[in-house]
This record gives sequence, C-alpha cells and structure tokens, in this order.
Amino acid sequence: MLASSGIIRFTIASAIVCWLGLCLVDLMIGFEIRNANVELGVPRFLSIILLTGYIVSLFYHYKYRLATADNFNFVELLWRVFVTGLIATIVSVFIQFFLSFVVSGSKLAQHELLLSLLYHINIGLILAFVISTFLVWKKLVLYQKTKALLRTWQVFEYSFLASLLFHFVPHVRFDLPFSLIFAFLVALGLVISPNLKWIAFLNFKQKWKSILLILLILLYLCYFLFYLLDQKDNELLISDLTSHVSVLAIYTFIILYAISSLLVTLFNLPTTSVFEQKLEEVVNFQRLSQSTHTGQNQDEIYDLLLESSMSATFANAAWFELNHKTNGEGMITKSIKPADIEKIRAALKEQNPKKSKRTGVTSRVSNQNSTLVENIKHSYFKSVLVYPLEVQNEKIGTMVLLKEVSDGFNNDVVNIVNTFGNQAAVSIENHRLLQSAIENERYLEELSIAKRVHESLLPSTLECNEYFDITAYSKPADEVGGDYYDTHRISEDKFALIIGDVSGKGTSAAFNMSQMKGVFHSLAQIDMDPQEFLVKANEALGRCLERTSFITLSYFILDTREKSVMFSRAGHCPSLYFQQSKSKLEFLKSKGLGLGIIRNQEYSNYVEVNRFNIGTGDLLVMYTDGITEAKNPMGEEFGYERLKQVVSDNINKSAVEIQKAIVQGLLDFTQVGEIEDDFTTMILKFR
Amino acid sequence: MQISSVLEDGSYIISIDGDVDASSSIKLDEAIAQAVADGQSDILINCENLNYISSAGLGVFMSYIEELKAKNIRMVLFGLSERVENVFKVLGLDQLLNIVETKDQAKQRTHE
Repeated sequence: MLASSGIIRFTIASAIVCWLGLCLVDLMIGFEIRNANVELGVPRFLSIILLTGYIVSLFYHYKYRLATADNFNFVELLWRVFVTGLIATIVSVFIQFFLSFVVSGSKLAQHELLLSLLYHINIGLILAFVISTFLVWKKLVLYQKTKALLRTWQVFEYSFLASLLFHFVPHVRFDLPFSLIFAFLVALGLVISPNLKWIAFLNFKQKWKSILLILLILLYLCYFLFYLLDQKDNELLISDLTSHVSVLAIYTFIILYAISSLLVTLFNLPTTSVFEQKLEEVVNFQRLSQSTHTGQNQDEIYDLLLESSMSATFANAAWFELNHKTNGEGMITKSIKPADIEKIRAALKEQNPKKSKRTGVTSRVSNQNSTLVENIKHSYFKSVLVYPLEVQNEKIGTMVLLKEVSDGFNNDVVNIVNTFGNQAAVSIENHRLLQSAIENERYLEELSIAKRVHESLLPSTLECNEYFDITAYSKPADEVGGDYYDTHRISEDKFALIIGDVSGKGTSAAFNMSQMKGVFHSLAQIDMDPQEFLVKANEALGRCLERTSFITLSYFILDTREKSVMFSRAGHCPSLYFQQSKSKLEFLKSKGLGLGIIRNQEYSNYVEVNRFNIGTGDLLVMYTDGITEAKNPMGEEFGYERLKQVVSDNINKSAVEIQKAIVQGLLDFTQVGEIEDDFTTMILKFR
Repeated sequence: MQISSVLEDGSYIISIDGDVDASSSIKLDEAIAQAVADGQSDILINCENLNYISSAGLGVFMSYIEELKAKNIRMVLFGLSERVENVFKVLGLDQLLNIVETKDQAKQRTHE
C-alpha cells in the first residue's frame, strides 16, 4: 500500500499527464475534423479515456489530500474551496480578457488551435475546482456521520465513478439513458444535501464568513456554468463537459449543497448565540470538573464558578464571599463596588424574613440549602440570586448574582447555577482530599525520619565484661516510642545501667526520651550514687518536661570487682532479681518516685539507695510497664505474676533465651500481633 | 469513660467510670480544674469504677499536686482496685496523694 503522500504525488502527476494528453489528442482530432484531407488516425475513445483518467486522478488526489488534514475547521475548508475557485476564475477571466481585447480582431483570435488550447486550460481548472469542492462537501456532509449516511454517501460516490464508464457508450446529451443516470445521481445528491450538522457548530462570526464564502463559491460555479454552456455547441473543442453526465451530476450536487448550506446558515444566524451559550456552559462545566487535575487552588475554583455562573445567567454583576468562620476572609467581586454590596446585603436582610421566595427547583436538583431568587429595592440592580456553596454539608461561601432587570433569574438559570455550584463543590472537596493526602504523606515521611532518629537513640551495643552477659529488646508501639535503656562503663569494673519509660507514646515521648539520654550520658560519667543521679536527673528534666509528663526509671551501678549492685528506683516498675545461692526470685521493692512529679529539692526525700551482693548465676530482669500492662482480648493484664512465672520457668537458661521466652510468652498471652504500648526488657546474667 | 461531679453532704465528689487513657484524661483534667475553680477546699475522687489508668491519667493527678498544696486544697482518692492502686504505688504517687479505701474514710480524712 502506498503512503498517502506518495498517492498524492502520483495522482497529481497522472492528472497532469492525462490533461496534456487530452489537449494533444483533442487538438489532433479537431485538426482532422477541420481538414478533411488529413488522416491522423487518432481514435475518439482515446480522448474519453484521457478525460476520465484526468477526473479519476483529481478525484483521488483531493480525496487523499483532504484525508490527511484531520484537524480542520469548517471555515478553513470553505476558504480552501474559495481559493481554488478564485484561482480558476482569475485564470479563466484572464483568458477571456486575452481573447476579447488583446488578440480580438486579429487572426490569432480565430485560430482554432489557440482557442482549443485555451478551452482545455479552462476545463482543466473547472474540473479541478468542481472535484475539490465535491470532496470538501463530502467532508462537511459526513461530519458527525451515521452508518446509514456513510452508506448512502458511498453509493453516491461509487455511482459517480461508475457513471464515468457511460461515456464509452455513444450517446446524445439528455437522451434516455443519460437522463436516467443524471436523475439518479441528482436524486441521491438531494437525499444527501440536508446533512448540514456542521453549521450548528459555527459561531456567529464563522457563520457570516461561511455565508460570504459560499456566495462567492456559487458565483464562480455560475460563471463556469455559463462559460461551459456558451462553449457547448463548438464541435471542434471535442471534450464537451455539458454532455458529460458525471460532471453534470456532481456540478448540480455542488450547487444544491451550496444553496442549502447558504440558506440554513442564514436561518441559523439568529439562534447562534443560544447555541454558543450552551456550548460555553459545557466548556465551563468541564473546566470546573477538571480544575482539581490541573492543580488549581480553591480561589481559582471560586473564580471559575463565579465567571461561569455570570456568563450562564447573563448577570450584570456578582460577588463571592467565603464563610469567615471556616476559611478566613476571601471575597471575589465582579463589576460591583463594595458600597453597593453593603446596600444589597442590607436590602436582602430587610426583605428576607417577610417574603423570602425559595425556589422549588433547588430541592429537586440536590438536597442542599435552597437558592434564593428575588427582586430587590436598589437603584441599579433589580433582581438577585443568592447561592450558598456547600461542601459536605458545610457552608463554605455564598455566591450572589445581580441583574439590572427585575425577575431576571428563571428556573432554567437557577438549575444551571446549581449544576455549576455542585460541580464546584465536588472540585473543592477533591482538592481538599488531595491536599490532605499530600499532608498525610508528608507526615508519614516525618514519622519515618523520627523512627530512624529514635532507633539511633537506643544503643547498638551494650557495655559488659567477662563477669556477666547482657541483652536488651525494645519495641515501640508506634513508629517511635518512649522506652529507653542504656549502659555506661564508668571504670574497668563499674557499669551504670538504666531502663526508663517516658509517659505517653509517640513523637512527644520520643522527644523526652532523647533528653533522658542526654541526661544519662552526662551524669553517668560522674561517678555518683544512684540516689544522687535521680535527684540531679529530676532537676534537669523537671525544667523541660510538660506539666503532665513524667519519666520513670531504674538506675543501677554494678561493680564486678566487689560483686555488688546499687540501685535506685524512680517510680519505675520493680525489676526482678534471682539469687542463685538462695534460689529466690523476687521483685526489688524500694521507695521511689517518678521524675518530674515533684520538681524541687524535696524530691530526694522520696527516693532511696539499695545495695545487695551478687554471685554466679544471679539474674536481673529489667523491663517497662508495656510488658506487665499488656492485655489479652479478655482485658486481663499480663501482670507481675505471669512475668515472674515465665522467668522462673526459664531460670537456668542464658540471658538471650530468657528474653526470647518473655517476648514469646507476652505474644502468646495477648494473642494479637500488636502490643498497644512500647515494651522493653534488659536482662543481665552473672557468670 | 464517664466523669460526674456531685456535692454530697458537703463533700465534692468526682466519680470516674471506666478507663482513663490519653484521650479521656482531658475530661478528668477539666473536672478537677472545675472543682479548683469553684473554690472547693476538699475534693474526693471516687475510683470505685476506675478500671484502668494510663500514664496520661497519672500525669493529670501529678500535675495538681503542687497547685493543691499551694491553695491548701485536700484531694482524697478512694475505692481504688488493687491493680489501680498498685499503679499509683509503683510510681510513688501514694506518697503524695491521699489514698483511702472507702468513701467514709475519705470524708473523715477531709474533716481531720
């Protein structure tokens, strides 16, 4: 299959060749007729073949040329036809002028060869004009085509091409077969002619242009028709187009369609503005519905709503005000002064309680608050339409449209405003949803950063030496938590251990926890006893904790040379201690108070230091209340006794194994994958 | 969680019913703040139906300790379940708050 550009080039070449051939052949035949003694032996049908070839070439040339132009507008198409016609006419008129004035009276004017050549130039141009017009008309006819219309057109087109064959049969103009074919083609043309949908889509200006162009095209067509009729009896010219049924038929069709287009366009002129109005409404509606996708902000949507409503209702002025309670201030005004707005507001307030006329239309369109339509007493504006814009049952603003005439807003107009309003509401809602989705995304991103920071706050390795093993496990309930554990090696044999819990959960707890870490690492370096540590930590943290926040913690100092432990408890859940020598497992009870509860020097009265000795096999289980307060589906807490039982059952295992047993026991108990609070354990076993 | 405040035989009683967690602790805070603003000299907290208290709830009680002391207002908690009382004890709040078993004991405490 040839590419369409190839076909276009090939057809123009073949058209030129056919035309040249036609000239030559006709000249020769003419010469034969004039000079009876000359026998050139050129058969008559050769002329018909070449003429048919010329017509078919042109037909396919324009067919493909127009097919490639997909994005056309109607006026542009008419313009093409007009230009083709103009060129043809100018050339033709020039030839006439040349014959009448330049060479008139001279011998040259009577020269058959010259006359014949000029005639052929003329018919070449006329055919080009007629065929291109025919194919442009095809494009117009088939605009918004139906299947039936397309079929009819194809029948018409193929009948036209088939009728070209008729010329090989000898005939006389308007004998019976000629008339039948002509009548058939013209009848089909008549059936097709009323397809003028394209005219509806022209705006006012385009319609005027079209009328002008069609008139000129008709003028050319008449001019050519007269020319052909004038030449029809000249036998010497051989190729007479008026006795050519196909050409005559489509010539008739072109004129018919041009006339019907002209009349319909003319009669459509007065209603154009209504059609344009409807089209604009559709476009505005589309703009409103797509405003979310195009990334417009809410103010632009309000503006669009106001403009669309104004143009749909032919309002003279309008304003839009946002509901101050929810959206801060915002006001869009169109062709109205603030002073007038105040006056109209006052007028509305005065009239409203007495005779507010709620339109029944609105309740049918939506269940929204109804639109108010009424006449007002104002020097300039006589009627008003008040539309409350609601998004998800929340009134976010009011649109007011004004007209200089009374009773200016009818039910149709109210319906349109409602439709616009509903669409604007949907767009605003979408806009908000999108906005909140973006914010949510940002929040999640921040949380993941907080999570990384939080993880870096907990130690990656724990300090220890050859006398003990230590392990820890912590799991926050959310991305970040408030549990804290850490170790610090004070000297070769001395270690500080801490486990703590910041009240609350989530980001604020994690923030306080980071302060706790700072306090621990500053104070643990100074070798102070646990009570002193708590007093100092209370003082430091008391200054930065919120009023209702507190921290609980247990602080241990382990001395592996003296084999002793000192500890203080600041309101933290008591740690479990197993003494191997006595086979005794118990909670380390002691006086204590959470950090931040009393934020003055009195705090030291509420805490104490405890000291005990440790031996091989002894075990210290530190944990946070996330473990003891974990609940099962029945609402029971894991509690101290269950924890003690799990440790007791695994008492001879290593620190890591005991930790695993605790976590497993906890998960088995709660029966759900998630534990509501942060939970942490740190387990220390002496070798 | 439900909070109700009643004046009973001259005693101002705030009753807590249900769980005090992060969100409901705000209501508890408001109830105590109201009692303080009303100029009550004694506030009794009925914890008979207090099922669970989170650290946020403890934070509410904690935050009033110094203010009540300064204004010479006595706050007495009564009717705590063993589990809830243990939560107060572990944190050490039992050293700072008046916690008794029954309503009568609580009333007695305020009249001392």
